[in-house]
Parts: sequence; C-alpha cells; structure tokens
Amino acid sequence: MNPVQNFEIFAPKLVDRKEYFSSGHRACQGCGEVLALRHILKALGDDVVVANATGCMEIISSGYPQTAWEVPYVHVAFENAAAAASGVEAALKALRRKGRIADRYVKTIAVAGDGGTADIGLQALSGAMERGHDMIFFCLDNEAYMNTGIQRSSATPYMAATTTSPAGQAIPGQRTQKKNVPEIMVAHRVPYVATACPSYPLDLISKVKKAAAVKGPSYIHVFSMCPTGWRCASEITIKIGRLAVETGVFPLYEVERGKYRLTMEVPEKLRPVGDYLKLQGRFRHLTPSDIEKIQDQVNREWEILLNKVECLQPW
Amino acid sequence: MGKRVGMEVAIAAAEAVALCNIDVAAVYPITPQSHIAEHMADIVHDGRIDAEFITVESEHSAISACAGASAAGARAYTATSSQGLMLMHEILPIVSAMRLPVCMANANRAVSGPLNIWNDHSDIMPQRDSGWICLFTENGQEVIDLSIMSFKIAEDPEVMLPCVVNIDGFQLTHMIEPFELPSQAEVAKFLPPRKPFAQLHPDNPISMGCFAMPDTYAETVKAKDVALRGAKKVVTRVFADWAKRFGRKYNVVETYKAKDADTLMLTMGSMGETASAAVDEMRKAGRKVGLVKLRLWRPFPVEEFKAAVAGCKTLIVMDRALSTGGAGGPVATDVKSVLYGEKKKPRVLNVIAGLGGRDLAVRDFENMFDLASKKKDETFEFYGVRE
Repeated sequence: MNPVQNFEIFAPKLVDRKEYFSSGHRACQGCGEVLALRHILKALGDDVVVANATGCMEIISSGYPQTAWEVPYVHVAFENAAAAASGVEAALKALRRKGRIADRYVKTIAVAGDGGTADIGLQALSGAMERGHDMIFFCLDNEAYMNTGIQRSSATPYMAATTTSPAGQAIPGQRTQKKNVPEIMVAHRVPYVATACPSYPLDLISKVKKAAAVKGPSYIHVFSMCPTGWRCASEITIKIGRLAVETGVFPLYEVERGKYRLTMEVPEKLRPVGDYLKLQGRFRHLTPSDIEKIQDQVNREWEILLNKVECLQPW
Repeated sequence: MGKRVGMEVAIAAAEAVALCNIDVAAVYPITPQSHIAEHMADIVHDGRIDAEFITVESEHSAISACAGASAAGARAYTATSSQGLMLMHEILPIVSAMRLPVCMANANRAVSGPLNIWNDHSDIMPQRDSGWICLFTENGQEVIDLSIMSFKIAEDPEVMLPCVVNIDGFQLTHMIEPFELPSQAEVAKFLPPRKPFAQLHPDNPISMGCFAMPDTYAETVKAKDVALRGAKKVVTRVFADWAKRFGRKYNVVETYKAKDADTLMLTMGSMGETASAAVDEMRKAGRKVGLVKLRLWRPFPVEEFKAAVAGCKTLIVMDRALSTGGAGGPVATDVKSVLYGEKKKPRVLNVIAGLGGRDLAVRDFENMFDLASKKKDETFEFYGVRE
C-alpha cells in the first residue's frame, strides 16, 4: 500500500465528510463490516439504492422504528439481495425511462455477508451477474455466520474454529478451504472484480468508485474483521486486517476485464501467517505443523495470484 | 368496446397484463405457466410495451426481483406454477408484510411428488396464509378481467397487498376460447400508472423491510390482517366499477341455481363450469341442487359465503388438494370453521377430487351429489381413487 503523503490535507478531498450510515447502530465494538459499509457509502454518495441481505448489517442497522441508513434501503430476505437489487435496478431504469422518477443516474448496490454471498445467496448472485444488471455486489466477508452465532460458512478458512466446526479432539476446526468467490465472479466475466479491506480505507474507497463507474455488474469482496467471531480484542481489528493482507492470507487486488492487478505493494517476502493466526482465538488450537500447513497453502495461493497478475491480459 | 378475439387463455393472460402498463416483469418458466412467460417476452421484445423483462434464474429470484421492483415504485408482475410457487413461498409473506402490490398469475398444478404437471390446487393451498389476495378464475374471460383488476385492487391505498390470480393449469391455461379483450385506452382509463405510497429513490431516502423486535412484530401481523380483510370491500368496489365500464359483473361468491337448492356444491376455479352442467342435468331430473363458487379465496368472504349457503341442507365442498393428515381438504376445513358458530347450518361433506389432472366429467359431479345424499356423517373422502 502506498502511504498517502500529507493525509490531513488531502483527506477531505479523498473522503466524503457526510455520513450515510449514522452512528447509534447496534454493531459490536471493532466491527470491520460496519466500518467497511461506512466507507463504501461515503464512496458512493447520495445517488444510490441499497438492497441488503439478512445478516449482521441488516440486524444492527434496521431495527424498527429506527434506521441507520441515510440512503434508500431495502431488505427482503437472506439469500436474495442480488435478486432484489435486480428488481430495483430494472424498476429504476423503467421508471426513469417513463419519466416517473427524476431523470438522474442512480446506482443500485447489493450488500450481503459471506453466507448470503458464498452459500445461500450464490445462485441469486450468479444470476444477477450473468444478466448484467447495473449493480455493485458487496460481500462483507467475516468468514462465518456471525449473526446467528458463529457457525461455519463456505467462506470460513481452513482449520478455523466455529460453533459448527469446533476444534474437537477428532476434527480440529473447519475441514475445507475457503470458497473463492472473487474467482467465481471473474469466471462470470464480471467487468470489475476486486478484493478490499477496511484496514485500507483509501484502497477500498477507490475500488468502490471504480466499480460505481462501471455501467454493468461489478463485485467487491470485502474482508471484514469480526472480533466477536474471531475471538480477538476489538481494538486490534484494524491491525488484524492489515496482518491478513501482509501475510498474504487476504491479498488486495482487482480484476478489470480479466486483467489482474495487485493494489498492495508486493513484498519481497510475505509475513509469516503465524503473525495473523496467533492473535485470534479461533486459531488457538493450531499446532506448529497446522500453521505450517496453512503457510504452505497461503504461499501456493499467493504464487497462483502472482502468476495471474503477470500473465493474464484484459479481454 | 373491446374486440372479440379467440386465443389460448395463457396468451390472453399475458395480453391482459400487457394492457396494464406494467414496469417490470420477472418470470421463470414452468409448465403450464410457460406460455404466459413466453408471450410476455414476445410482447416486450416486440416493443409493444415499455417494460423491463427480467429472465431470472429461479422463481425465488422472480418474486425477489418483483419485491425489489415494487419497492422502487414499479408495477411488477410475475407468473408461476406448482414447484415454482413452492420455491417462492419464503418470499410471499415478506412481499405482503412490506405491503408491496405485486401481481402474479399462478397456473395451478399439482406439487411433487410424484412429479405431476397437471392441474389441482395443491400449489396454492400452502400459500394461503401468506397475506396475498387470492382470486380464482373459471374461464378465459375471467382470466383477462381479473388479471387487469388485480392491479387495481392490489394498488388501492386501502389495500397495498400482493394479489395472485389462479388459473387452472392446462384445463384453463391451454384452452383456446373466444373472449373480449378490452382496448388499451379503456384499460388506461380504468388503471392509471401506479402511485406508490413510498418508493426507493434518493429524492426521499427511506428504509423498507426493516426487522422488528417482539414489541412491534405482532402489530405488523395484525395490520396486514386488517388490510387483507379490508381488501374485500375494495375487491367488491373494483368488481362494480368493472361491471359499469365493461358490462361484466363479478361477485366474490357466485351462486348457480342455489336459491331453492337443498344440496349445494362448492367449487373453486375452472371446475365450476363442468359442475354447472351437472347441476343443469340434475335439475332436469327434478333434483334441487345448486352450486356455490368462491372467486375470492383470501380474504375469505365470510358474510357472502354464509348468505350463499343459507337454507341448504347439505353442502358438498369439493377440494382439489388435501391437508395431509388433517381434517380434510383445506377449503372444507375453512368452510367448516366459518359455519361452526352458526345456529342453523348445513351438513358439510368434503370430497377430494380431481387431483393431479384426474379428469372429472359431468357424470362425476352427479356421482358426487349422489354420494353426498347417501352419506350420514361429515367426514371427507376421496372420489374415484382406486384402492
């Protein structure tokens, strides 16, 4: 990540001062998701409609009779944020064409957690992306079903302990690899796919702005730290996000029309994954050989990504 | 006046909806609804109407997209059947709770398993508590008329609830019938563009579909029930308006030769016509039989139904679905509970018949009347099932 010189001078120009997600919501302390959401909305500005899946962000923000949303917002169900957003997008298009709403471009976005994206919401997401709706889909990935009590999802990393993949005597945590949804989106020929993390807010904001400029579908996978589910101190949430990036556990990159680009400074050697794992209770049970195994996987995935960055050309 | 045309009923359903200035249609194909979806696609692709046609990847997404579109202020339409409706099930009560006037055609078909593509009412019955206005049609003309009226009813400020128009699969959807198709100008006068109470737009940001804690949830459930019960008044009003404009009069409960009848049969949907023929035959033989047909199934038209069956000794309720392991067919159990508190009430017999496309001819309805006259208790039974 390139450090921004004279940040205090430039910050007001880089980031909208206006808050689109008000304070007073019910998110846990140190929640990475809500921080990401706040940045996302700042990057998008006023002319946006949000379709949100059931999940942490819906529950903490929309408890009737209050709302934390300063922009138009709709929640329908858990698995259909992309489908509901498809309808919103189509309606805005039709109503604007027919002169029944202001003739102004309004972006539709869908927001879902990793369960609402990688598991139960994958079909609706795939459908919406394939149909080419003009929307950005954000996956706020906290790597488990945190809203329902920290159950494993297909985005839970290998060996992480959750309430449905506990670190038992026979089976030490999650048995499978994290599903790679950004890759699935690239395979859909989505014109803009990116990974982001609220520990790198300017990177996140610039990606959101890039996605917003795409007239068509785009997808941003946001690594969203969860102190509650990851069993770590809430004040180190930003640090954990940075460690995920620095260790290569969650590399920051974007894929524009098939062309991969790392948006982080490429280190000569990644930090050891142990630095990231040891701060979190969900990995507390790992033995040195388990960590070694995870390190090997991270190294391999990193190599694969570097190869793509180097070799793949835009379509 | 509209013009006389002859076409397949499913095609006519799409033509009728095309007259309604819809903004968004999201449809996934399923037999026997497919002709509606296909013809809707033809209409949009030929530029005959200005609407967005979303070819969704499932019925679940079809209804979800309609929910999103309706929340954004659009007039949204979908059509489905059987397993498709079952897949939508989860979203149906959400659409009504959000008070979104989405309209839908359901080509009634048996649910799996075993897989069966033919007609009965087992798809709509599991949805009956979803808070949707639920209409049944008997013939092609009703399909046209009720499809158009459904938008007017659903979007009424007193209602703001979704509406499903049931069209018996194949037996009705695939019939070629002559009917009168209203003109675009007439429908435009009857049904102006939707004026949403609230819509998703940055000009006036609002939150829709919020979650509710125990202190407000029950209130929303009651509000929906009050609105749905109140919808009957609006249905009647819209029916009356339609009669004035188009000369075709509809009632929420229809009766046929029922006034002096001692035995009545209750049907819903296209079977009413065959049953009418059976009543005619039996009247010729001097038997005092008649027919009651429910056009409006939800909200249940309690007063009109009671008035229709007052004076009869025996009421045969024909169900084309079964509440498995329950007290009989869903219509009969409803009817029985409606009549329970009445001092003078008919004996209610329940016949489960016509499941999964099993043909019922005029003779079969006569048999059902005969069966009822012989029966002593008020149990239910299957008609024409091989043991």
